[in-house]
Amino acid sequence: MLFLHFYCENKSFSRSRKYTNTGRSRCFLAMDTIHACFKEKIGEVLLPGDVFSFRLSESGDGSIKTEKIICGPGLRRNGEEVQVCKSGILRHKQPNMYWIDSQQRRYVPAKGESVIGIVTAKSGDIFKVDVGGSEQASLSYLAFEGATKRNRPNVQVGDLVYGQFTIANKDMEPELVCIDSCGRANGMGVFGADGLLFKVSLGLVRRLLAPQSEIIKDLEKIFPFELVVGMNGRVWVKAKTVQQTLIVTNLLETCENMTSQQRQTLFKRVAEGFL
Amino acid sequence: MRDTPLSNCERRFLLKAIEEKKRLDGRQTYDYRNIKISFGTDYGCCIVELGRTRVLGQVSCELVPPKDSRPTEGIMFFNLELSPMASPAFEPNRQSELLVMLNRQLERCLRNSKCIDTESLCVVSGEKVWQIRVDVHVLNHDGNLMDAASIAAISALSHFRRPDVAIQGRDITVFSPEERDPIPLSIYHMPICVSFAFFLQGSYLLVDPCEREERVKDGLLVIAMNKHREICSIQSSGGIMLLKDQVLRCSKIASVKVSEITELINKALENDRKIRKEGGKFGFAESMPKERITTLKRDEAPVEMTDVKETANEIVNRTETPTEAVSSPVLVAMGTAQVGEGIVNSWGLDEDEEDEPQTEDTKTGSVDCEHTIYLKSTKPCKQK
Repeated sequence: MLFLHFYCENKSFSRSRKYTNTGRSRCFLAMDTIHACFKEKIGEVLLPGDVFSFRLSESGDGSIKTEKIICGPGLRRNGEEVQVCKSGILRHKQPNMYWIDSQQRRYVPAKGESVIGIVTAKSGDIFKVDVGGSEQASLSYLAFEGATKRNRPNVQVGDLVYGQFTIANKDMEPELVCIDSCGRANGMGVFGADGLLFKVSLGLVRRLLAPQSEIIKDLEKIFPFELVVGMNGRVWVKAKTVQQTLIVTNLLETCENMTSQQRQTLFKRVAEGFL
Repeated sequence: MRDTPLSNCERRFLLKAIEEKKRLDGRQTYDYRNIKISFGTDYGCCIVELGRTRVLGQVSCELVPPKDSRPTEGIMFFNLELSPMASPAFEPNRQSELLVMLNRQLERCLRNSKCIDTESLCVVSGEKVWQIRVDVHVLNHDGNLMDAASIAAISALSHFRRPDVAIQGRDITVFSPEERDPIPLSIYHMPICVSFAFFLQGSYLLVDPCEREERVKDGLLVIAMNKHREICSIQSSGGIMLLKDQVLRCSKIASVKVSEITELINKALENDRKIRKEGGKFGFAESMPKERITTLKRDEAPVEMTDVKETANEIVNRTETPTEAVSSPVLVAMGTAQVGEGIVNSWGLDEDEEDEPQTEDTKTGSVDCEHTIYLKSTKPCKQK
């Protein structure tokens, strides 16, 4: 995820358009005013084009404190304003991170993200890998653990690889590697002799990769399985039998739009049907 | 844009699942996906949804001079287009093999079967006849375009009304829909294509393959049939060897499916006719359920969850602590057994997986139905 750092001078702020500064905000301490602008809208649906603008007011406090606000995906700084550029719900994380939570299925490569790719071609020293973006990424054959010019990795066309982006911007072809900075594989590389690969939305993928993911915890209770989650929306599942794999696939695809309550009742029903 | 390639593990998984008679969306081997037919406000416009595959059929007509070789017959013109919105693999203005194959099959199915009475389309012999043009657009590609296209074409043709004409001497008067009610085309029968995909050198077959299943198939058999059990066309592609009894079995399955689909089309036509007569609202906007932007409705997919072997094992091991995903209990010491993962060697899993399919087949009814179709051949088999 891309984060922009936004430093702003804090005198007294108000917002334009519908987010006009009500009397309440002015009562806050100068330091919290900018947070107050955002706080009113946390949890609400915002549309592209909505603006948070901070302008100097006539009655200056005299005390100038600089605040740091981190604008996450969906928010963009435009001079003195912060513009919303994706439709979704405004979220907040302490102490000062704000972003727009939106549903999206199309993946845009970003540096540092770990994704599942499908090898489409072998040409010379590099593999061409499809990651679901607009361009295919390139993966050098030396970017595997223990690979040398003589000792080439065993990668065939059609294999699944789990790797990280080293280069991913809109001007260049993205590049993947399957080793970390110390030269160790760390779980990356070719995988998936069996199992099923399917695609979900990016929001669900982020929920699955959260540190204490409830979905994973609930799913573990049903039966054991192996799971690889790529940030490009691709998920690979393997369970003991074909039927169990299909069940996990269907459960993950459906729990995208369920509340946690509905999800837990569904999982309980599956677990009972199984025993 | 390029289409997402199919990875080796997906291919292996799909073939393994097919060997165990399992499909990704939980259907049985001979099951069709949900078919939904809706008509538009104009006569002759219809959208068919076969699962997630969506196809639009539109019929139009115009007065033209007839062909020299057939001065008393009307002209039928068929056109199928793969819209780029259907799949990233479809590029505009590109003549691909799939497009050619679909167009030819649609023409063969509808033209050679003589389902439309072309003599009734003649207005003045040798001078003016009706040219009926059927355009089929593919809106979303999730497998089995041929079936959806044939259903859309024949539904649109059955729904279409052409303007009424009056001939006085050499004057032809074409009446607009407001002056005189338009007349339906005279359709003798409804030919519908049924697709069978073959896997693993013809040993396994699936009806109505979805897009992923189509990618791993070896060959395709398309049978166009009507509800009177007359075969209109058979086409086999992919170069696989088919045995005689396989083709016979497929034709019997096709006759069952075609009669169901024909019933569905007639019901949809009847509903539309009723609503138009009563003066109610009709068209695509009415046939879609009220959807709010804040909710998302998914079709329910039946997923087989019960596992016979595991319930049996549970009953057997009732004295032991039950855990999930029983494969077979491992006796560690006297009085204690271990069930499930843990220190069990994962290499031993291969043997367990082979045991599963045999028990699961008895749970579904598909094996019995297969035999019913093959031997009795008249009773349609309702699968559940």
